[in-house]
Amino acid sequence: MKTHDAKRVEIFIEAVVERQLTNALIDAGVTGYTVLPVSGGNGQSGPWSREGQIGRGSGMVAVVCIVRPERVDELLEAVFAVVEKQIGMVSVSDAAVVRLEKF
Amino acid sequence: MVDPLDLALTNLGSPIILSFALGLFAALAKSDLSFPEAIAKGLSIYLLFAIGFKGGVAVAAHGMDAQLLAALLVGIAISFLLPLVAFPLLQKLTRLPAVDIAAVAGHYGSISIVTFLAASSLLTANGMEGEGYMVAVAAVMEAPAILTAIWLANRSGRSSAQAGNEFWREILLNGSIVLLLGAFVIGWATGERGLAEIKSFIVDPFKGVLCLFLLDMGLVAGRRLMGSMGLLTRGVAVFGVLMPLVGASIGLAGGLLLGLSLGGVVLLMVLAASASYIAVPAAMRVALPEANPAISLSLALGITFPFNLTVGIPLYLLVASALVGA
Repeated sequence: MKTHDAKRVEIFIEAVVERQLTNALIDAGVTGYTVLPVSGGNGQSGPWSREGQIGRGSGMVAVVCIVRPERVDELLEAVFAVVEKQIGMVSVSDAAVVRLEKF
Repeated sequence: MVDPLDLALTNLGSPIILSFALGLFAALAKSDLSFPEAIAKGLSIYLLFAIGFKGGVAVAAHGMDAQLLAALLVGIAISFLLPLVAFPLLQKLTRLPAVDIAAVAGHYGSISIVTFLAASSLLTANGMEGEGYMVAVAAVMEAPAILTAIWLANRSGRSSAQAGNEFWREILLNGSIVLLLGAFVIGWATGERGLAEIKSFIVDPFKGVLCLFLLDMGLVAGRRLMGSMGLLTRGVAVFGVLMPLVGASIGLAGGLLLGLSLGGVVLLMVLAASASYIAVPAAMRVALPEANPAISLSLALGITFPFNLTVGIPLYLLVASALVGA
């Protein structure tokens, strides 16, 4: 099956700013994204876990989106406006998609 | 006059405190006991709804009066004021950056609804229930401290904290505030008739659910404490015990000024002595993202919460019982 080059942008960010991030993605014209729960981890602010938590103050989410390679820079600019000051991480990796018209 | 030993034993031997101790022990012993996030949230939703509803019913029975409004105003004033006390105290005790100090001060100006629940439960068990509207006072004390903390951070020149739309949504419409005040209004509107309809759900199982919730809080507090040993220096830890006492003293003055009942005075002391670890951390992450959230959370949850639960609440009750009506 023929595949097309694409980029996978994965953003780990504090749950409390999830809405700000997804709004920024929509404003940047990203047609689709997926929000995934993150169960725990360890970083500069120490270890954390979602187990037993009731507030959103210490949780993280992962937001994943697939875009055409030429749109990555525009997307990253929008993402960094939100991520810059928060706890989080952004990574970009190569991906291949079957239906390019969807992205 | 309350017998201090009886009171301390009643408190420490209650299923609620023992459940918390079990959670704390399990966490410190590195047991794999844990509550899934969804269950913990479910328990908290139940408790907030129940306490809000019962508070509303109590106000419906009591009626609106000037003392209720005065209590709300005093609660708001205390919440605005506490960070102004916490900030210099923490500056004296630690070398934390100003933005972290401002964030911690914000947490200590706000309240812990779980501590409030535990205190209410102890008071009820001893026949000293406070005014029903103290639930509403708790709700209005959540947010003002956050504004003071932002002002303190901006004044320090180390932060460009801003109160944008997302911030206001976070502090005014966060789930716990909406649920607590919403249930309060429902209880107020439906009164005793409404309570009779759902009593078997929100009154009878309340203490059992609170025990499970405190078990979870013990686990969370213990794991938070173990994960942040490096952050909690001696000065920071001292603040975690000292600040509740300062807050309780301010709450005591407010309660006496208002002429509240003994239970009401104790609840205002508990509110002023406690530190938020549910609503404020989220608001602070939006308003002061430069602050290290681990410091505030570890301090509020790992030190102040267990202190208030085991030592603070009976101590505040003891002090208040010596002064109220004296």
